[in-house]
Amino acid sequence: MDKKTCLHDKHVALGANMVPFGGFDMPLYYSDITTEHMAVRQAVGVFDVSHMGEVRVTGPEAEKFVQHIFTNDVAGAEYGKIFYGMMLYPHGGTVDDLLVYKMGENDFLLVINAANIDKDYAWISEQIKGFDAVADNQSDHYGQLAIQGPGAEALMTPVLGLECTELTFYTFKEIEVNGETVIVSRTGYTGEDGFEVYGSHDFIRQAWDKLIAAGVQPCGLGCRDTLRFEVGLPLYGDELTDDISPVMAALSMFVKLDKPEFIGRDACAEQKENGIKQKVVGIELQDKGIPRHGYPVCAEGKEIGYVTTGYKSPSTGKCVCMALIDVAYSKLDTPVEVMIHGKARRGTVCKKRFYQKSYKK
Amino acid sequence: MAKVIEGLYYAESHEYVKVEGDFGYVGITDYAQSQLGNVVYVDMPEEGDEVTAGEEFGAVESVKAASDLISPVSGEVVEVNEALEDEPELINKDAFENWIIKVRLSDKSELDALMDAATYEASCE
Repeated sequence: MDKKTCLHDKHVALGANMVPFGGFDMPLYYSDITTEHMAVRQAVGVFDVSHMGEVRVTGPEAEKFVQHIFTNDVAGAEYGKIFYGMMLYPHGGTVDDLLVYKMGENDFLLVINAANIDKDYAWISEQIKGFDAVADNQSDHYGQLAIQGPGAEALMTPVLGLECTELTFYTFKEIEVNGETVIVSRTGYTGEDGFEVYGSHDFIRQAWDKLIAAGVQPCGLGCRDTLRFEVGLPLYGDELTDDISPVMAALSMFVKLDKPEFIGRDACAEQKENGIKQKVVGIELQDKGIPRHGYPVCAEGKEIGYVTTGYKSPSTGKCVCMALIDVAYSKLDTPVEVMIHGKARRGTVCKKRFYQKSYKK
Repeated sequence: MAKVIEGLYYAESHEYVKVEGDFGYVGITDYAQSQLGNVVYVDMPEEGDEVTAGEEFGAVESVKAASDLISPVSGEVVEVNEALEDEPELINKDAFENWIIKVRLSDKSELDALMDAATYEASCE
């Protein structure tokens, strides 16, 4: 039985097409994926992302512990900063990708993928042994909304009563609302400006109702995936897995090898030093056809990898994909073929940012 | 409610055949398009290809997923609906008007294995 977020009844009432995702019964779309996608690119949309997990890490050695399990560098960070990075296995494969919120001195909130909550919490609980710190799984406490698109900023104060427009990209603040502390961050997973709001189930339900009443487009997981894909953001399970390291996924900028130690550091350093066999690239098709997850990629008559995510890009109309392929073929403009329904379709390697991001810095 | 048209032949996999003389126009039903959502691409065979009853001959793709097309009849593809190459969304507008392939039927007895409109409509409920 799939779990339900605190907004589940509202999705059903809106007539959403519901699908299982990460152990939750979630909305795939309300009207259709393309309409919702374009609403976020051109105006604003709201997503229920309450399925995401939250783990609070506190204690005298909380920072030391986060540094040990996280690829990015949070040392001495200011309160209110957010970091993107990964937790890795010793061999460099990825446990999960996550956001780390610096809540205070030795106080961090880790935001993790829904499908990985149990796995991650078990991993964190195991690694934290020996550190003077505790990890608390608060996933069931928080509901979460993502308000995304160029029109997001103008809604936050008038509609939601959240004074937060001064926030810069990848920062957050805590706001007291009716006796509870709500977290508001300038983050998202769409390549557009926007905010994410964490609060109690009651707060999130009221905020959702206000946004829908204000005419904001409700958006499902369908366009969440097309939006993140178009700007080259990875999805755990596609571009990052327990076998795909962030170096292979071309996400080395979030792996701080100048940190003296973290789990998976040596494996990543070795991959940077000696090179990797496979790498995640973008491919644009010249022939017609839509590349989908798992389709083989070929070159010079042999299989060189597979598609991790592919779509007919709603913003550009082009048939594009990300793929994990042999590095020998990963240079820009290299001709490759994607096998689609048994036929070889011609494409070329390109940047995996298929659409330009427009964040507010 | 998805519509059906009398006089067509229907497959369990939600394709229809509209027979005119020795030819059959094959497409997907209104019910199928309503389940798929916005069609963004139709992967079609080429003129001259042979299709076989019960076998895949292409795919209809929504944003999210590809759905195989299973031919309800056998024969040579004598025409493909080229309008769908540029406007695949025509299938959402009218799935019965916008057939996908025209087949020279090699065995009309295959039609006996298909459903009529009333039986198909009942099967969708």
